[in-house]
Amino acid sequence: MKGSKRKSRRVLPGFGLSMGFTIFYLGLLVLIPLSAVFIKTSGLSWGEFWETVTAPRVLASYKISFLTAFFAALVNLVFGLLVAWVLVRYQFPGKRLVDSLVDLPFALPTAVAGIALTAIYAPNGWIGKFLEPLGIKVAFSPIGITIALIFIGLPFVVRTVQPVLQDLEKDTEEAAAMLGAYRARTFRSVILPELIPPLLTGFAMAFARGIGEYGSVVFISGNMPMKTEIAPLLIMTKLEQYDYMGATAIAAVMLVLSFLLLLLINYLQWRAGRRVIAE
Amino acid sequence: MAGVVTAHLSRDPELRPRHRNEPRWVQWLLIGLALLFMLLIVALPLVSIFIEAFKRGVDVYVASITESDALSALRLTLLAAVISVPINTLFGIAAAWAISKFRFRGKQFLVTLIDLPFAVSPVIAGLIFVLLFGAQGFFGPWLDDRNIQIIFALPGIVLATAFVTFPFVARELIPLMQAQGPHEEEAAVTLGAKGWQIFWRVTLPNIKWGLLYGMILCNARAMGEFGAVSVVSGHIRGQTNTLPLHVEILYNEYQFSASFAVASLLVLLAVFTLIMKSFIEWKSHRETAKEAH
Repeated sequence: MKGSKRKSRRVLPGFGLSMGFTIFYLGLLVLIPLSAVFIKTSGLSWGEFWETVTAPRVLASYKISFLTAFFAALVNLVFGLLVAWVLVRYQFPGKRLVDSLVDLPFALPTAVAGIALTAIYAPNGWIGKFLEPLGIKVAFSPIGITIALIFIGLPFVVRTVQPVLQDLEKDTEEAAAMLGAYRARTFRSVILPELIPPLLTGFAMAFARGIGEYGSVVFISGNMPMKTEIAPLLIMTKLEQYDYMGATAIAAVMLVLSFLLLLLINYLQWRAGRRVIAE
Repeated sequence: MAGVVTAHLSRDPELRPRHRNEPRWVQWLLIGLALLFMLLIVALPLVSIFIEAFKRGVDVYVASITESDALSALRLTLLAAVISVPINTLFGIAAAWAISKFRFRGKQFLVTLIDLPFAVSPVIAGLIFVLLFGAQGFFGPWLDDRNIQIIFALPGIVLATAFVTFPFVARELIPLMQAQGPHEEEAAVTLGAKGWQIFWRVTLPNIKWGLLYGMILCNARAMGEFGAVSVVSGHIRGQTNTLPLHVEILYNEYQFSASFAVASLLVLLAVFTLIMKSFIEWKSHRETAKEAH
C-alpha cells in the first residue's frame, strides 16, 4: 500500500504488497530450488560433466525422449487442428461431450492415463490384440511412448487453435467468400496463415510437455535401457542408485533445453499478441 | 491452458450461409476422423479404467478403495492439496494484480518466470527438493541435526506439489485481468474506495469465475501429481503414499483390479473438474450475455 504514496502516478494501491509477495514466493519456491541443479552441477569438472551427459545410455534416453515428443507433437498438430476445426465449424451429436473430453488430459492424473493406455495397447489389450497379429507392437515400444505423449499434448494444440479459428469464422472468411474465392484457396491463403502462429505455439507447448513427461509414459514404455528408457526415467533410476551427481547433470541439460523452448513459446505468444494490437 | 474462460466467451456457433460450407461428405469425413481419433486416444482409456476396476466384481472394488492403505493415501492426497492450492491461489491473485494493474519494467520476463514450472519435468521438480533438503543435500546436515525431516515426509510432498501447481491460478487470472484493465478499480479509487474494499467489491466479482476455474485446475493437478511426488515421497505404505503412488504400487504388484479401482477415484476427480469447467463457462457466458443487454 505504501507504493501509492511514494509514486503518485500509480493510482491503485497494493503494488508493493502484491509485487513483494510475488517475487518472494517465486524466489523461494521456484528460482532458488531450480538453481540448486546448476550449483550442484558446477561441482563437476567440465570433463566429468561431458562424460556423464554423453554416456551412450544417457544419449539414447535423450534421443528417445526428443523423438517421441516430436512425433507426438506432430500428430497433435494435424489431429489437434482437425478436432478444433470440427468443433468450431460443424454441428454433430455429442459435440459438447467431445469438447469437454479434449480437456481430460489436463484433468486426469498422469499415472491413471498411463495404466489405462497400457491396458488398451498391451498385446492382450482391447486394441493391442488386433495389432499384435499384424506385427505392430505398441505398448513397450517407442510407439507406446508416442501414444501416451499424444494423449498428454492434445489439449495444448486444440485449445490454442480453437479461439483463433472462432474469431476467423466471423470476419476474414466472409470477406473471402464474398470476393468469390474457392474453398481450397480460402483455406490456403486466408485461414492457414492466421492459424500458423497458434499451431506453432501449441506444437511447442505439446513438445515441451512431452519431453519432461513421466507418469503416463513409464507404464506403457517398458523401460528398457537404450530402447524405451526416457530421460526423466533415467534421472529417477540414478536417484534410486544414489547417483545424485549423474541425475543432476542429466537434469541440467534437460532444464536448459526446456527453458529455451519456453522462451520460444513466450516469444511466439508475444508476437501473436502484438499482431492483434497492430490490427 | 491460459485464458480458457475468456477464450470461450464467444462460443455460439453462427449459422452460416450454405455456400460457405464444405460439401456435406467432406464435413462428415472430417467429423468421423476427429471422432475416431478422440475415441482411440481419449475416450477408450477413460472407459477402460472402470471396466478393469469392476472386472472382479463390486466386492473387490469396494474392498480396494476402503482398505486402510488406500484411505491413508486418500488422506495424504487431500492434505497436500488443501495446503498447496490456497497458497498458490494467494500467489496467483497477487501476481495477477501486480502484472495487470501496474506498468513496470520486465513484466514479460516476470510472466515467463511464472511459467517456468510448466516447462520443468515433474521428475526434476522432485529432484530439486532432494538436492536442497535430502540427506546429502545443501541443508541436509543442518536439518538432520535438528531432527527435521522434509524429504520422504509430508513437507517434501507439499513442496513438490506446490511447485508443480505454482502457475495454474496466475496463468488463468493474468490474461483475464489484463483484458479487463485497471479502469474499474481506478474509478473506485476516485469514488473514495480503499485498498481491500476495491479488491472485494470491484475486482473479485469481475474475476470470480476465472479464479474458481484456476483453483479447480490447480486442485486437479495437485491431487493427481505423480512424478514429482514420487521422487520425494519415499513410497512408505500407509505413511507417505499419495493416491497416484498407491495406484502405481498396486499395479506393480499385479493387483490390477485394485489398482484400477483406486485409479477410478482419481477419474471421478477428473470428471468433476471437467463438469465444473463446463458449469463455469456456462455461468460466465450467461453473465457476459446479460451485461450486453
